[in-house]
Amino acid sequence: MASVSVRNLDLSFGDVKVLQNLNLDIEKGEFLVLLGSSGCGKSTLLNCIAGLLDITDGQIFISEHNVTWEQPKDRGIGMVFQSYALYPQMTVEGNLAFGLKNARVPRDEIKKRIARAAQLLHIEPLLKRKPAQLSGGQRQRVAIGRALVRDVDVFLFDEPLSNLDAKLRAELRVEIKRLHHELENTTMIYVTHDQIEAMTLADRIAIMRAGAIQQLADPATIYNKPYNKYVAGFIGSPSINFIDGTLEAASDPVFKAGETKVDLSRYAFSGNGPKPGPVTFGIRPEHIFMDKAAVDEPFRANVEVDVVEPMGADTLVWSKLNGHELRFRVDGQTPLKKGDRVKVGFDPARASIFDAETEMRL
Amino acid sequence: MAEAGLIDHTDAAAGSHSRALEGPRGARPRRVLSRRNIILYGTLFVVAVYYLLPLYVMIVTSLKGMPEIRLGNVFSPPVEITFEPWVKAWATACTGLNCDGLSRGFWNSVRITIPSVVLSIAIASVNGYALANWRFKGANLFFTILIVGAFIPYQVMLYPIVIILREMGIYGTLTGLVLVHSVFGMPILTLLFRNYFTSVPEELFKAARVDGAGFWGIYFKIMLPMSLPIFVVAMILQVTGIWNDFLFGVVYTKPDIYPMTVQLNNIVNSVQGVKEYNVNMAATLLTGLVPLVVYFVSGKLFVRGIAAGAVKG
Repeated sequence: MASVSVRNLDLSFGDVKVLQNLNLDIEKGEFLVLLGSSGCGKSTLLNCIAGLLDITDGQIFISEHNVTWEQPKDRGIGMVFQSYALYPQMTVEGNLAFGLKNARVPRDEIKKRIARAAQLLHIEPLLKRKPAQLSGGQRQRVAIGRALVRDVDVFLFDEPLSNLDAKLRAELRVEIKRLHHELENTTMIYVTHDQIEAMTLADRIAIMRAGAIQQLADPATIYNKPYNKYVAGFIGSPSINFIDGTLEAASDPVFKAGETKVDLSRYAFSGNGPKPGPVTFGIRPEHIFMDKAAVDEPFRANVEVDVVEPMGADTLVWSKLNGHELRFRVDGQTPLKKGDRVKVGFDPARASIFDAETEMRL
Repeated sequence: MAEAGLIDHTDAAAGSHSRALEGPRGARPRRVLSRRNIILYGTLFVVAVYYLLPLYVMIVTSLKGMPEIRLGNVFSPPVEITFEPWVKAWATACTGLNCDGLSRGFWNSVRITIPSVVLSIAIASVNGYALANWRFKGANLFFTILIVGAFIPYQVMLYPIVIILREMGIYGTLTGLVLVHSVFGMPILTLLFRNYFTSVPEELFKAARVDGAGFWGIYFKIMLPMSLPIFVVAMILQVTGIWNDFLFGVVYTKPDIYPMTVQLNNIVNSVQGVKEYNVNMAATLLTGLVPLVVYFVSGKLFVRGIAAGAVKG
């Protein structure tokens, strides 16, 4: 049973088509992350689901009800915003109670729900304070509490952690995940441009670009089997290596780029099998090994180190493989400098190959 | 051993810092009597005197008796301070048939200003809120028409409005004047409120909608409590504007309900008898007192409202 269902959604502002024929089904209790760079329409989609934007065409169902024409308050949703959007003149308690008072919930029921939310989010000591007296993390907790007290089936998060510093972001991220476990059967839709948030929180990720969903899958599939070149390049940090070349499939499929030849007999081609022609070969920096670790890998080559970026735990090495740029990750303690020649290797089975023209995965 | 080495190292580092070199160090010295300061404060002083001198002359003259004024020393302080001109200006100066001074005009002005200010701000703030947050169909056209209204000279509309008021049966009444003031305050006030409400973060408005507040709920419970500074700005603009208005007051009312400005004009410009400069000065000061007091009481909020833009949630 789908908890939220978006069918053939269109949204235009005048002549500008922001979302086109978008379909999305979210299961009850699922944590779905809408991921994309800015301007891809992910927040717009969330606003459409919330009813804060009037859609041009299509339908939206929440908990099996057609809510396409309903007001936000009648959709059974709670929403958390990037800028917290707490009412500055009200205390924390007033902020939490505002929606319930509007819905004419009895006074003792309001008290009960606030107490529960405050306990769940550890904001009991803050109830009498004004938002201006809270830190960023506390404010966002209150904002989550405001959605929580509404006792709804669907939570919408619009980049809730983007205004926080890195440490707080990591803390609150875990708390949101914990909250999702505690509130069984609560569907959460979470918009972010941060792929780490997406990978760690999501049951499924929808990667969006230019108003369309590029791939909708669980994080592992998105990471290992990106559906097209855009997804492959968007997910992963440092980002994936792309090498342009040709695919030859006379006997065993082979990828050729200049002098480099990669045997692809171990690669799992999708659908119709190998299709000869120009392709882009993608391999993630963390799937390339160096020196002794490279010995057992099916593909091996010698590369020249160009730039070394130590990041503490590990080091990113920029190198040249027969003139093609190749980045790979090694242990942070490895002594390397510009000009060193090292042996690297990888397993072509972990690579991704895309048609150069359609950019689709082969 | 390693620890000792570490301590030695930090000591050496500290030592190298304590050895100050020649040349500038610490806070940059500031000279009070630099050429720049002299020019700056000198100019400010001259300009301030230029603006304050007329006020000084008025106050001084209003405290003198007529014989002293006839001596012609405009700038000299009064030898014998008398408050008689003030009393006369307030209570017994004659304008036309009435001889009860400016007090009549004062109360008329109060009865015109208060309802006009309240009415125009109430309507304009809702206008601005609707234009900023509820982008209804034709909102831009409506706003454009409203703004164009601010650029049409009043004189063009004087006579048509006389006809409109006459047809409505409120020509020559306080109600009519209040209505005219409210309508003419609308363009600038709506612009003011619209711009202020636009600067309120949109997410706050969205959050309130998700929380189930409607048009009036959001206006009264969210927007209004956040907007005190802009209401003060609007109030100052309107009180000053309406209190100082002469044109509408003289055109749309009749002698019994003339506002203070019109009465002041009648006192000062009366051609019969002796020109009582001291009474004229006192009457003018009395008339100007209300906007001045309003500004001094709420000036701080005025500045804050004008400078408002960053409303932090």
